[in-house]
Amino acid sequence: MTDATLPPATSEPSSAKPAQPKSLYAIDELTRKRNAAEKRFQAYGIGAIGIGLFFLVVLAIAIISEGIPAFTKTIVEVEFTLTQEQYDEAEGQLFKTKAYEQIFIGALQGQLEEKGLDVPFDASTIERIVGKPGGDIRSFFKADESQLGQPVSFELAASSRVDGYINGRVTRENMTDSRFLQKTDLDLVDILVEASIIRSVFNWSFITGADSGVDNPGGAGIGASVIGSFFMMLVVLFLSLPIGVAASIYLEEFAPQNKFTDLIEVNISNLAAVPSIVFGILGLAVFIQFMHLPQSAPLVGGLVLTLMTLPTIIISTRASLKAVPPSIRDAALGVGASKMQAIFHHVLPLAMPGILTGTIIGLAQALGETAPLLLIGMVGFVARGYPDGFVSGFLDPNSAMPAQIYTWAARADYAFYEKAWGGIIVLLIFLLTMNILAIILRRRFERRW
Amino acid sequence: MSLFWLVVIVLAISLAGYIVGRARAFSSAAGEISQLHSLPSYYGANVAMKAAVPAFLVLIVWLLAQPFYINSTVSSTIPDTAIQEGSSLGLVMAEVRRAATGLDNAVAAGQMSEEFARNARADFTDITTRLKEAGQIVTSDITQPVMRAAQSYRIMVATGNLYMSIVVVLIAVAGALWGLKETNKDFRARNTVEKGIRVILFSAALIAILTTVGIVLSLVFNTIEFFRLYPATEFFFGLTWSPSFSGRGGSSELGIIPLLWGTFYISIVALVVAVPIGLFAAVYLSEYASSRVRSVAKPLLEILAGIPTIVYGLFALLTVGPLLLSVFGDNGLGIMQAGTAVMTAGLVMGIMLIPFVSSLSDDIINAVPQAMRDGSYGLGATKSETVKQVILPAALPGIVGAILLAASRAIGETMIVVLGAGAAARLSLNPFEAMTTVTAKIVSQLTGDADFASPVALVAFALGMTLFVVTLGLNIVALYIVRKYREQYD
Repeated sequence: MTDATLPPATSEPSSAKPAQPKSLYAIDELTRKRNAAEKRFQAYGIGAIGIGLFFLVVLAIAIISEGIPAFTKTIVEVEFTLTQEQYDEAEGQLFKTKAYEQIFIGALQGQLEEKGLDVPFDASTIERIVGKPGGDIRSFFKADESQLGQPVSFELAASSRVDGYINGRVTRENMTDSRFLQKTDLDLVDILVEASIIRSVFNWSFITGADSGVDNPGGAGIGASVIGSFFMMLVVLFLSLPIGVAASIYLEEFAPQNKFTDLIEVNISNLAAVPSIVFGILGLAVFIQFMHLPQSAPLVGGLVLTLMTLPTIIISTRASLKAVPPSIRDAALGVGASKMQAIFHHVLPLAMPGILTGTIIGLAQALGETAPLLLIGMVGFVARGYPDGFVSGFLDPNSAMPAQIYTWAARADYAFYEKAWGGIIVLLIFLLTMNILAIILRRRFERRW
Repeated sequence: MSLFWLVVIVLAISLAGYIVGRARAFSSAAGEISQLHSLPSYYGANVAMKAAVPAFLVLIVWLLAQPFYINSTVSSTIPDTAIQEGSSLGLVMAEVRRAATGLDNAVAAGQMSEEFARNARADFTDITTRLKEAGQIVTSDITQPVMRAAQSYRIMVATGNLYMSIVVVLIAVAGALWGLKETNKDFRARNTVEKGIRVILFSAALIAILTTVGIVLSLVFNTIEFFRLYPATEFFFGLTWSPSFSGRGGSSELGIIPLLWGTFYISIVALVVAVPIGLFAAVYLSEYASSRVRSVAKPLLEILAGIPTIVYGLFALLTVGPLLLSVFGDNGLGIMQAGTAVMTAGLVMGIMLIPFVSSLSDDIINAVPQAMRDGSYGLGATKSETVKQVILPAALPGIVGAILLAASRAIGETMIVVLGAGAAARLSLNPFEAMTTVTAKIVSQLTGDADFASPVALVAFALGMTLFVVTLGLNIVALYIVRKYREQYD
């Protein structure tokens, strides 16, 4: 009672103004602060996601804008007729290719005059733009003399600097005069572009070709290394799927609860987190040093990647086996199936879509992996050509897509960088296809129990 | 007979065994299927299994053991005088193997008679030029001891392969006969086959252990070899990294400290980028976002995790590096010399780790029971206060585990640092300077035709060992924390 009788004002002399009746609708200072903090916090979250997506967009733009030029090449197209007399005369000279070059230049000049564009140029300019065209022309007519006297149109690949100029990689501002290209040459290039003698065409040889030497970025293609990757993926698929499924069935359905099973499980989860380069060291030491398997062979690459993908496949297979409800097993056992029959005839088919999805994702991971391949020698000038047959596809030295991209990125000539970006587009198309396939499989066959 | 045909023959024997075994079971029951203990296919499978499994086991063991045996036998015949100054037995053996394959190919291509390949003497004939003309890669002049060794190597390989084929086929036939002998209507074929399948399943699970054992053995043996050539204390405590490939690496300084410093510096930059972004993204996605936003944003973020690391490496080298250089380089702030630097690699690696941190933390935040959130809301807390004062503390151990896993990823990452971080080993605090890491040096020491006997190549195994131990330690701690935390709320 005494407390209640105390005048409230005396207990808090500092708060001079009388306490106003507070409405729940009026927002006071503290609430405002807390709401602002709430807003800020939410904005941080949106910002974080925004930054993540921003990086994704930047990456995508970089890849596409830098990589697209790899799919086009610049050609110089000149049409002319070589008469029998010209041919004989050229063959009679000491510098035969030089003579053909003169004919080529003459034809080019003629074509320009025809279009009303008259520009003087000399042979060295032409050489800087298309290299030395004489040899190509000579071998063409030498191989097929019946073409003499008929109009033939020649498509010659322009030099990589000219290609860069057309693609915007080389500009008048950033280039320096060199023996490869001079600023004055670009005037002629501009005119030739206007006369549509120089133009861009789709570069099939990039998709189908093999790696070229360090001095010929224009001729480099990713085709051979795609084949290398393909054979590697065959090895990975045919080893890791059966082994992974068998191991998962054992661990999920049969393994007794003991120390040894625990050891296997801990092992698998640790292997999944071992850096990929360590698997490369394993491959080098065991498969190449110890077993003397051929270096740079897709077989060895496939074996290393198999060991690397196994944990991924085992983990996802176990998850999909676990997702099959026990009632399926019980029903099968109830009608007299053995445990093995219940699993192989009933549980496994039901878990198959999940297993396949996991396998495809594991394969996609393996397809993009580079580091272990560097250690087993799939780097450098390896993908020189296509393998001759099925067996040599596994055993002959070849590169793989990511290793080929690395090889290009490590070369000094920046024209190879364009190829590297282009290679990434090809690689990502493969990965995208595989992931979409996995998603479709999951959507189509996924069952909710 | 090539390996391929051997495998085909064994498979054919086991297929024939299947058909015969099945038929035999039928005939033993006089065609009455109800008289059989098991389904007829099990009798066939029993025969097939007994034909194929032991034969393939022997084949694999033989393939592993034969090169080992031949190598040691042949190398014991090489006299010490044949090993030149500055060379080693391993190099001479490599030469022997090359010469042997050269002879093989020359004979196969018909450029050399079998007789000649077996008996030619290198000191009387121009075998080296003949091999070179046949398109074989022979590095140096073949000396007579090498030639002798190569010839005996060839003969041993040929006879070894012959014996292997005979033994394997015999085992397959014997297995099939054994299986057929057992087959009668009372034989418990299903139980036998199922027991066999169980053993096969178990051995598949063992491969995981074998992989680990393989990793550990290949690292340990080569690391010991390395420490025999180079003192361990200088490796672990040395402050300079300057391998010299000349003179068999005699004057190299191979201290790991600068590499470890580069590795940790880059990883820290990566984590500074990835952890806040990933964590905030996870909190937003699990606590604030509507299910529609979540279903779009989460997979989009996870694309970042599915992009191969070579793409990030190229992105670092060609996009981020030049960009940073234009800001911090000589035309800007002047503290950056080249595009490849700690900052370049760290930033890009951070981008790669964002989805890794965010999806792991997302799982952990979702595992916090709803009752804890409801309790906090009931006391009048706002959402952000709940997150900061209830959810994050409850999820902290799991988040720490996730960060440790991300750190282990960053330490083991190779392609980004190979392309983005530079090649110079340096102990410096400036994040805009090029530094190098353990993984990048493993790659550079082991690519190319390395001589595995020299310390400059073997050091890669010691580096790999260090990397393996560090990442394994981080993983074990992280998995332990995550697992322990999960049990709290289950």
